[in-house]
Parts: sequence; structure tokens; C-alpha cells
Amino acid sequence: MSNAVDVEKNFNSKLEKNDFVEPKDWMPENYRKHLIRQISQHAHSEIIGMLPEGNWISRAPSLRSKMVLLAKVQDEGGHGLYLYTAAETLGISRDELLGALHTGKAKYSSIFNYPTLTWADIGAVGWLVDGAAIMNQVMLQRTSYGPYSRAMIRICKEESFHQRQGYEIMCRLSFGTEAQKEMAQDALNRWWFPTMMMFGPPDKDSPNSEQAIKWRIKRETNDELRQKFVDRTVEQAEFLGLTIPDKNLKWNETKKGYDFSEPNWEEFYNVIKGNGPCNKERLEARNKAHSDGAWVREAAMAYAEKKKENILAA
Amino acid sequence: MSKDSQGPLWEVFVQKKAGQPFVHCGSLHAYDKEMALENARDLYTRRSEGSALWVVPAAAIVASSPEDIGPFFEPANDKVYRHPTFYQIPEGVKYI
Repeated sequence: MSNAVDVEKNFNSKLEKNDFVEPKDWMPENYRKHLIRQISQHAHSEIIGMLPEGNWISRAPSLRSKMVLLAKVQDEGGHGLYLYTAAETLGISRDELLGALHTGKAKYSSIFNYPTLTWADIGAVGWLVDGAAIMNQVMLQRTSYGPYSRAMIRICKEESFHQRQGYEIMCRLSFGTEAQKEMAQDALNRWWFPTMMMFGPPDKDSPNSEQAIKWRIKRETNDELRQKFVDRTVEQAEFLGLTIPDKNLKWNETKKGYDFSEPNWEEFYNVIKGNGPCNKERLEARNKAHSDGAWVREAAMAYAEKKKENILAA
Repeated sequence: MSKDSQGPLWEVFVQKKAGQPFVHCGSLHAYDKEMALENARDLYTRRSEGSALWVVPAAAIVASSPEDIGPFFEPANDKVYRHPTFYQIPEGVKYI
């Protein structure tokens, strides 16, 4: 089994049979690289995603909503940690992963470079952003790499609370006073297209996608997921009495789905390049949290070393 | 400046409730065993998923390797007589 042709054959037959690839199995170098990039970007997105929501913890309108938001942000941190350890099984260290985030070398989802201006934004983020993330994550539960799949299964179990809490906020505001309803509509107006961008560029412009599907890392394309998201979300917006800010949104009976406008892809690439409204602020906040915590890590390490010495001396 | 680090890797096992097996649920970083246990609680049992936890330094785990999977597990392959279906029982005999 040790020759190169056999191991590659074995790898491909696993993919064909829908079996999982595990950390110690042979895998093509590019499969490993693709996974490290995708899983770490995913982890970074969870961690950076704590920032726009964290912005509202101290200003949540009630004790209940504050507790809920705290729990949600804590979950996002947990999701980041599941994903970092999944990436580490591919032979990269946590310190390297964090280093790539902090220097700006690694990317995270561009959605988190938009600001959360009002309390309605917390509703819209839960409803739309988490809704879109779930669409992607449900698919990734069946990804071909075992540790990634296991992390996604855990995450999906926890994620539905996030979307529901967001929709609950939207309900409260949409059925509240005129000003509250306006606030909800304004949040939907600002978050709709950035959310649509979360699925990535159209299939025709997404060269990594095709390979990811061949490797069964992804099981559905960007455009398929985007369509699914729109089809599910329109009715939820109608229930709220809110208007999705897209004049071209229309039911298409032949495809049994909605037609809709493409987001502004120029804006998407521009935000990825670092020119979104909050890129700089997010990266600075993350770097500050990391360097402010350095003494804690150092002290914890010194304490652990000292205890080891005491055990040896006893 | 001292070397900044996230601490060693630990593997986490959760027992849902007494009587059930401990199941591996993931890993985490921590500097010592007390911290590993507390982190495991915060990370893997936020929704009462467990009533007991084990944390094990990842470096202490000895694992079989996929390349040797054939010969390593081979001894079990030719012993069909370890399975109940190997034996023929005359028709009509009950409770066996």
C-alpha cells in the first residue's frame, strides 16, 4: 500500500464512496492546502464575527436580550475554537493560524467588515447572516474531511438558536412602533446585499469552487446556495411586512425559485482587498485583544511549568 | 521577549450520562490539566451535553496508522467463527 499510485487510488475511491478522509490518511498536497485555507478562514470569520455583535452587548435593550447576545457571542468563540483545532489536524499550528489572521495574510468573511449601527442590525445579522452561514454549514456537515465535518455538525446544532434569536428581534421591531419598523427595514436594506455576497462570487468566476466540489469539500456551488437562501428568506421577510431591497426580485414559475439581482461584485472584491467600512477597525481590535492577553498566556505557562517542577521535587 | 504560545493540545471525551461510554468530542489548548478541564466544560458542554469529562494530553495518545491498517487488523479477518451466524442450529430450536 505504500506506493504513490496506490495511495492516490485509495484516496479517490474514498471520495467516490462518500467515505471520510481522516488526518493520518494520505491526501494530495493541494487538498490539504485547500482545507487549511478554507477551515482557517472559517475559524477567523467566527472570531472576527464576535466583534460586530459584541458592539451591542453593553447596549442591549433588556437584560434578557443581553444574556442571549452574550451566549451567542460566546458560541461564536466556541465555533472558532472547534474550527481551529480541525485545521490543526492538517499539520498547522494554532500560533501560525493566529499569526496569519493578525498580520492580515489570512482572510475572513467580508460580511464582518460592515458596521452594526442599530439594535435592528443585531436582528438582521442573526436572521440573515447566520441564516446564510447555516445554509453553507449544513452542506459542510457532509464535507469529505472527517474533523471538519464533525466540527460542522456541532456548529449546526448550536447555530439555529442564533438565527431564531435574530428573527425574534426582527419580529419585535417589525410589529412595534413606526420608528421601530423603520429601523428594521433600514437594517434589512443595508444587510441584504452583503449577505448575498457571503456565498462567494458567481460559479463562473469562482475557480476554487470546481476543485472543491471534485474533492467533495463543498457539495453545492455558490450559486445553488445563494438561490436556496433567497427562496427561503423571501417569505420570512413578507411575514415581517418588510421589503427586500431588490426591484428584480420575482417568483419564477419555470425554475420554481426567485429571480434576483446580483450583488455588486466590485464592492465585494473591494471589501476583501481591505477597503470595507470596518476592515481596519476589526483587525486592530483583534490584534489588541491578542496583545493585551499576552501576559495572561505567559503567566499561565509559567504557572504550569512551576507546578511541574514542584511535582518533580516532591 | 518570551515565546508566546497557546499551550499544549488536549483531547476531550464526554460522557453524556452515567452508564454511557465516554466519547471523543474534540480538542482544545490549555496550559495545565485544571485549565484543560475548565476549558472543556466551557467549550463542549455549554448545553448540558455531558455529566462527566476526561481531558487527555494529545501527546499521550498512541494511535494506529492508516498505512498498516491491513496487516494490523488482519488477525480478525479469517475468524468468522467468532460470529454467531457461523453456527448452524437445527430448525425448530428456540431461544438460541
